[in-house]
Amino acid sequence: MLKVLQKAYPKAEYIQQSNTLVLDEKDIFDAVQLSFDNAGDFLLDITIIDYLDYILSQPSRFALVYIIRHKNFKETILLKSFLSEPKCLSVSSIYKAADWLERECYDQYGIVFENHPNLSRILNHWQFDGHPLRKDYPITKGQLCTDAVDLMPAMNARLAEKGIVTQDEEGSYSEPNLDLMFINIGPSHPATHGTIRNFCAMDGETVIANVSEIGYLHRGFEKSCENHTYNQIIPYTDRLDYCSATTNNVAFAKTVEEMLGVELPERAITVRILVMELSRIINHLVCLAAQLVDMGGLTNYWYLYNPRESAYNFFSKLTGARLTNSYMRIGGMSYDLYDGYEEDLKQIMKEIEEGVSIALSLTEHNRIFQDRTQNVCSVSARDAINRGLSGPNLRASGVSYDMRTANPYYYYDQLDFDVAVGSVGDIYDRIMVRFEEITQSLRIMKQVLGNIPDGPICVDNPAIILPDKKDVYGSIEGTMNQFKLVYEGVQVPAMEYYSSIEATNGELGFFIVSNGTGYPHKVKVRAPSFLAMSAYTSMVEGSMLADAILNLGSINIIAGEMDR
Amino acid sequence: MGVELLGDAVVTTRLDDAVNWARESSLWPFVFGTACCAIEFMSTAASKHDISRFGAEVVRFSPRQADLLIVAGTISYKQAPILKQIYDQMPYPKWVISMGACACSGGFYDNYTTLQGIDEIIPVDVYVAGCPPRPESVLDALLMIQKELKKESLSAESKKDFIGRLDNA
Repeated sequence: MLKVLQKAYPKAEYIQQSNTLVLDEKDIFDAVQLSFDNAGDFLLDITIIDYLDYILSQPSRFALVYIIRHKNFKETILLKSFLSEPKCLSVSSIYKAADWLERECYDQYGIVFENHPNLSRILNHWQFDGHPLRKDYPITKGQLCTDAVDLMPAMNARLAEKGIVTQDEEGSYSEPNLDLMFINIGPSHPATHGTIRNFCAMDGETVIANVSEIGYLHRGFEKSCENHTYNQIIPYTDRLDYCSATTNNVAFAKTVEEMLGVELPERAITVRILVMELSRIINHLVCLAAQLVDMGGLTNYWYLYNPRESAYNFFSKLTGARLTNSYMRIGGMSYDLYDGYEEDLKQIMKEIEEGVSIALSLTEHNRIFQDRTQNVCSVSARDAINRGLSGPNLRASGVSYDMRTANPYYYYDQLDFDVAVGSVGDIYDRIMVRFEEITQSLRIMKQVLGNIPDGPICVDNPAIILPDKKDVYGSIEGTMNQFKLVYEGVQVPAMEYYSSIEATNGELGFFIVSNGTGYPHKVKVRAPSFLAMSAYTSMVEGSMLADAILNLGSINIIAGEMDR
Repeated sequence: MGVELLGDAVVTTRLDDAVNWARESSLWPFVFGTACCAIEFMSTAASKHDISRFGAEVVRFSPRQADLLIVAGTISYKQAPILKQIYDQMPYPKWVISMGACACSGGFYDNYTTLQGIDEIIPVDVYVAGCPPRPESVLDALLMIQKELKKESLSAESKKDFIGRLDNA
């Protein structure tokens, strides 16, 4: 991929460290098109960097960054271009995933994407003035919102695409040629599992067009990161995908560790694999439990949720918290495994196996379950990739892409497990892939459990890890070390870096711009739920209202991660 | 059973006491769950902690059928008018539990998007600390509401004088 691009743009500067190709402003659109035509089919993320007050001088204030992955899922490249004016061309005609990603860039940074079909705010409310991720926007400047946004203009645009309304020269829309009823599902609705607003145009029971509005749980994660040290960010990452907090901790810590160039001790990596797989399981459990409740199968909820409660007890003992664990630190983790953890885990794994097998016996061969889920809200493999789906949602469509096998990190290449893959990408596949992933994660845990090596759980580096308490109170060096690390944080050399892991809902990546201090200049999350939600509209249009409800559960939207 | 126990006897009480006694163990919560706290509320409702032991398991998703609003999760400025509308749609008498640090004060989200406590918008009866609070603390808050509601009187409706930031907007 890189060679093709370098051949086409010989003048472009290549930065090896961050795998970035810096292109001229006028070439960037063509470069994205070229990478799409030649090799890349997977747009991971689009973001903007605001270089105001950056430590190194830059050609202009804003830079546009595309993160693109080759279709073999191994090679990742960052295409970057400095913008002389806050505007550029939209790539939403090439990648459907770009639609919402560009809206986010517009909302947060005020960059105008020309030719974008609907460039409006997405995370912040419609009465918001300014662009909060610009460096000159004060972090605490909140703005009151008095009313929900009117989604009718967006709906009319959507209906016009389908030829149901027509737009005259003055821009006003005709009456629809169908007898439509408009309804809101959400923002406060039990089946939205959080707060998402889906505005549907209904013809009888059929969803003709849908417009989704998100951002109700936008909590300013990225702005908060810029004002905290790297270790202080870890509690914020807990609350991204709060159903599997430790996975987010690992994704963030691993990115920063790679930037620092440190290698974790074996024990730390093994423990990380163990808790990540347990987190994956309990996230799938809550997703499946809620999904089956939506379908009317309340019994499954108890069978699937109770093992989760046991896993909470394990996490409480290990980390002190049930849900938001904050277990990882840059360069290791906060506590070692406690005595007797093995028995606890074996018991939990047994309970999970039992719960899953009972839930499967109630659903797998159940006629009602199959009729409601099979061939409903299908998404093809090609479409899924183009829309940026990842994780179980992508694998359900038959794409065997799992970061743990495609691009193995930690010891996943030495572990024996299968990648669960669906075939048609319907709700049934998405549910069954999750059930199977629970089984596979249990397999991984079993292999890891007997083989946890002894040794330290943190890197041996006083610039990263806090000293022992006896040194803090016993020596001046220890006191100073503690003081410097707490007040100034871990110093990360200035660079731009993207790294990701296979989190529960898909590829969870962090794009970090560091500036040599303990505080990052910018942190961007590549959130799988955000892209899954952007694909939702295309999945439900043409299906029944009741199917749209099930579909929302099946793509497992976690609002904390989607809205950040 | 009770009728047989009492036989022909007559129990005298104040009407307020009788009504509040009935209300106490049949609170119908509306769970305004937005974030992590909603997952802990799921635990509160699941078999181990079992909120139905306290008569509050009939979770309603229509504000018109609920008398206890449990705000579980971060409320952003974008969310605030929706929360207010839901509170307004609930019939009197009604109570509000603010569950978790975010709902109480914005928590550690001291930034441009997060409302710094729901009491800027609606009146709150019980604040529950924690990020997220354990299910036991939610049950404790419920018990406090049960104590609180005994003050309720049919002749006077409380909390109507509350004016929040969105009331004059």
